[in-house]
Parts: sequence; C-alpha cells; structure tokens
Amino acid sequence: MGSTLYDKVFDLHTVRSYGDGRCQLFIGLHLVHEATSPQAFAMLRERGLPVLMPERNVATADHVIPTDTIARPFLDQLGEDMLTRLEENTTNFGLRFLSPGSGEYGIVHVVGPEQGLTQPGMTIACGDSHTSTHGAFGAVALGIGTSQVRDVLATQTVTMNRLKVRRIQIDGELNPGVTAKDVILHIIHELGVVGGVGYAYEFAGEVIEAMSMDERMTICNMAVEGGARCGYVNPDEKTFEFLKGRPAVPTGEAWDRAVTWWKWVASDADAEYDDVVLMRGADIRPMVTWGINLEQSVPIDGLLPQIDETSPEAAASFAEAYDYMGMKPGTSLSEYPIDVAFIGSCTNGRVSDFVEVATALERSGAHVAPGVRALAVPGSNAVREELIRRGIDKVLEKAGFEFRLAGCSMCLAMNPDKLVGQELAASSSNRNFKGRQGSPTGRTMILSPLAVAAAAVNGSVCDPTSVFGQAVTTPDSEGVLA
Amino acid sequence: MTSNLDARITAVTGSTVVIEGNDIDTDRIIPARFLKHLTFDALGDHVFEDDRKQDRARGVTHPFDEEARRGASILLTAKNFGCGSSREHAAQALYRWGVRAVVGESFGEIFRGNCGTIGLPCLTISAEDAKAARAIGAADPAAVGEVDLEKGVFVFGGREFPVEISQSLRDAFAAGTWDTLTELLKSADDVAGTAARLPYLNGFHAG
Repeated sequence: MGSTLYDKVFDLHTVRSYGDGRCQLFIGLHLVHEATSPQAFAMLRERGLPVLMPERNVATADHVIPTDTIARPFLDQLGEDMLTRLEENTTNFGLRFLSPGSGEYGIVHVVGPEQGLTQPGMTIACGDSHTSTHGAFGAVALGIGTSQVRDVLATQTVTMNRLKVRRIQIDGELNPGVTAKDVILHIIHELGVVGGVGYAYEFAGEVIEAMSMDERMTICNMAVEGGARCGYVNPDEKTFEFLKGRPAVPTGEAWDRAVTWWKWVASDADAEYDDVVLMRGADIRPMVTWGINLEQSVPIDGLLPQIDETSPEAAASFAEAYDYMGMKPGTSLSEYPIDVAFIGSCTNGRVSDFVEVATALERSGAHVAPGVRALAVPGSNAVREELIRRGIDKVLEKAGFEFRLAGCSMCLAMNPDKLVGQELAASSSNRNFKGRQGSPTGRTMILSPLAVAAAAVNGSVCDPTSVFGQAVTTPDSEGVLA
Repeated sequence: MTSNLDARITAVTGSTVVIEGNDIDTDRIIPARFLKHLTFDALGDHVFEDDRKQDRARGVTHPFDEEARRGASILLTAKNFGCGSSREHAAQALYRWGVRAVVGESFGEIFRGNCGTIGLPCLTISAEDAKAARAIGAADPAAVGEVDLEKGVFVFGGREFPVEISQSLRDAFAAGTWDTLTELLKSADDVAGTAARLPYLNGFHAG
C-alpha cells in the first residue's frame, strides 16, 4: 500500500515523536509578517534565544500596508509602529526581509510562490491561517499562532499532531464562468465549515489537474475555511513549470534532482486515504456567500434558502445571519445593491485573477455602476508591476476600478481600506465573518473575481455570464491584452 | 518529560460565562484592528469588543459585560468556537480577561492549538450536555463549576458532564509541560539530524 504526500512529508520532517500522538515537526520554510510576529520576537528576547536557522525564515509586510502610498511614516501610527518593529526584528535576528522599500513585498502567500521559496515536499509554516495556500505546490503548509511562530524561530520546529487525509476528487469539466473560487465555495458548502476538522485535504481529479497554479492556490487557500488544517495538490508538470527559473529554485543538475524528488513526494497511486469524496465539475455553479460563515452560500442565480428548521441551532444560525446581512429568505441577491467591490487578497490577488477580470471588462466595454466603489488591489508588488506591464491597470481604471498598491487591504482591513457602516461588499477575499472588512456592521459576500466584477458593473450580484457573455469568461492563459 | 510543578494544570474551578451560537470566529473574539498591538497585554479589555458594543447599542448586556460574570474562569460555548484566523490574540484576549478553561462542542483547530500553547485547556462536551451546561451557567452567574482534566468531567449545577481533551494535551497539562518551546529546545541534535536528511536543504542529493 502506498503513501499520501502528507504522510511522506510528515514522516520525513518528524524530528521525534513524543509518544502521545504529538510530534516535533521540522519546518522547512517559515514565512513571517508584521501582524503576528512582534510578540514572538519579544519572547525570544525574554529568553535570550537567537533564531536557530535565519536562512529558513523570510519576512515580508502585508497586513497593515496602506494601498494608496507607502511613503513613510504611514499616516496610521499603529501600522507604522508594526512595520518599524518588523524592520528592527529582521535586522537584529538576521532574517531576510522582502520590504516595501525593496519592491519585493506583498501578501506573504503571494510572495512565497513568486520567489520560488514555496516548493513541493516542504513543510511550511506562517502565523496566518491562509498558509494553506502553499499546499498548491505539494507542500504541507500550516497556519500557526504566535507562540508557535516563536517556537519555529527558536527551534525551526513545531509541536504537531498527525492529521487524517481526505482526498477530494473532482472529475469532468467546469462550465463556462465557473472558477476555482466557485469550486472551493462549492466544496465548503457541501462538506461544511467543520467538515475538515482533523483533516488535511488532498485536492485531486481532472478539474484540479486542469487548473493553473494560481487556481490551485485559490483552492488550497480556502481549505482552512472548510475546517481542514491544510490542503494540497500533488505536484505535477505545471508545478515544475511554474517554479523553473524563480529566484529560490535550484538550477542545472540540482533542478533535475529536485524534479525527481518532487515527483516522488506526490501521493502514490495506491495510497490509502482516511476518506475520499467524489464530485463532478459539471455540478458546480458560480457560488456566492450570503451569510456570516462560508457554508452559507448559494449558486449565484439561486434564491436565498429558507430558514433551516432541521434543528433549533441551525435555525438560530440562519436567523442570525439574515438579521446581520439585512436579507430575507426566498429573495435573490440581485435585489441587494452593493456599495463596494473588492478584488484582491491571498485568495484571488494574482496576475491571472486581474487578467481574467480585465479581459471580461475590455471585451464587454462594461463600466462600474454609479455609486459602487471598486477596488483592485494586487497581491504583491510584482503582481502589480506585471499588470502595469501588460496594460491591465489601464483597463481596470477605464472600467471604473481604483488600481491600488499591493497588500492584504480590505480582506481584513488592518490598513485604512475599510467598509463604512453597513456597507455591502462583493469581495474576492476569503471570509464573510461579521465585521471582517473593518466596519463592525459591514457586510461581505464572498465570490470569484469575475463575479465581483460582474456585480460591480451590474450594481448587484448576478451571474457573470449575464454581464460578460459566455465567451469572455474564458481568456487564454496569457490574457488577450498582452 | 520532566514535570514542572508550577505549570501543572489538572483542574479549573470557577464561575462561568456563556457564549451561545455556533461558529464564533476569532474575528469576533478579537477584531483585526487589535492585531495592531505590539504586545498581548491590553487584549483582555477588548475581547468580543464589537459584539459587546453592538449589544450595548441594542440595550442588551453581552455576557462579557455582565457585572456578575466578572472573575468567571470557565467559558461555555457551542460548536466550532474559535474558527477562522490563526490569530493567537483570540486565545490571549480570553486568557487575559480571566478565562482559564473553555468547554464547548467543538473548536477551530488552530485556536485550540493556540490555547494549548498558553495553558488554556479547551475541552469538548456532547451537544446535549453543552446545552444543559450553558443553561445552568446562563441562569446562575454565581454557580461554580469544576473542570477536572484528569477525570475528564465537568462538575456543574449538581451534575457531572463527561468532557474530553486529547490524551497528549491532558498529559502535558498534568505534567506542566504544555510550554511547547521548553520541550522543543530539548532536542537540538535531533533537529540538526532531520535537517541533514532533507533533500531540499542538501542540494537535492539523496538524503
């Protein structure tokens, strides 16, 4: 019987077993950012400990970075303090810092793959739950808390329990206008936000194999929203093609040896899984969340569900969501005008996301509806520069989007980009929690970048094909605007 | 593992504070703007800040604002408490407010791990018992319960509810070895050995 990628990587990185289910796990790459690291560095100072392997720890700044100007000092003093502290900590402890000044900064989960730091077979940790993104490359990528950030800095290891592995196999093809975002929202809707607890998710099947690395990152990014601790896709030729030539990736004979090893790391054909879920690509519709957790979603042209009366708890949960969102069962989301359209985040802030949107906007000649504030926030500075090189910025601006600097931005609103009052946002980010986008009463619907663009144009949520037509929703991989 | 007497956690005794509802995410427990603190020190004052404010605006008193709940040390919750963001700030905010044990139907995994690393046990309880325990707690702020980690019971309101925690965490709490860093630091040689066999740290030559 063969092994899964998860088990191979876990075994290889196990330093020792505690004999009680817990293991000490070596972390091959630790990504650090300003929001969850200051207390960890402070704890090292308190104990007089150095960073054990500074070269395996790389920092960038993303959560608090403004997206209008990065001129120092930031207007937001708390944000300025956090960046200053990260500069001090990376200098004093000898970490590489992909700083705003260097032009290499961006959302940690966009920058890691971009630099080729993220590679198959690694264990990767970061003080951010969306670290699962890196699983798209066949890494075991774990979000950790600040005390564990401290642990990795000091020992390059964490304490972990082994997870079960669930293979989610999606075969067939996707319909036009259905994106990777819709696939993961569908999975979460089907399996629930608690369904993945205790599991690593292995995403597989024809639909996943056909996806680009960007799309696989979108899927793995939100594995954690389905309760899974991490998600991954087995590395294949697309993975290797993406990595080849990136700064941190080996060259020459070492590249050949790397590819051989990366192929070995992939799950064996006869691997045994703790659970297998089969889905059909053709069954997946463009999806949108209507509530305050990520399983509260509907097909984009569907009606909002009736209160779930299967249990008092479910009914209470639905009632709370409807109350907060100011929406009613049986209505269509098209009835609720949006105030803000946000395209960006570690889920959907990569070049292909903006190319897809720009292509649809350009071909249809559509413009953002009056009264809608539309933000396009690249996931990294490199993404931004590539979009400018291709003229995508101009297309987005012409259509009525603000084309901003890179960062996490309105996904969690730790920078100045926030909803105001009860504003309703169509957002390509990853969480629809109460207050998530910076206003305690702000409302968020999560959907694909293409569907966000369609909502921006239409003024409310609608099927993207109704705005852009079927043909414009399938751009070629390089984008037609190059 | 050698035990650390000062850090041993075998039971938590105290009054309760009750949070109803499933899927209480860590953004609710501590909104993202409080991640812009360079220390965890002040977080106890801001736990559930936005929920509390909104309740106040509606003339409702949030459980964490009830005078009678001050000093409560056992938090009673429902399903999937602490889901979402990995921010340890959520665990820290609860701990610094005074919570010393959380009893709920299920937990977000990263949250539960974060609680473990700061000495805050999260114990699971059946849905039926959780509901009963929350009802007892909600009705009587003065009712004192005892979470006994070793026996795996929550004694409350004259009842004895079975509660669960992983064997490994229970042992770590019992021995006072839940401080993960102290344990991890004990095996520096083993860490070097693991690094030496990882292909990607060794030019991708066979390990």
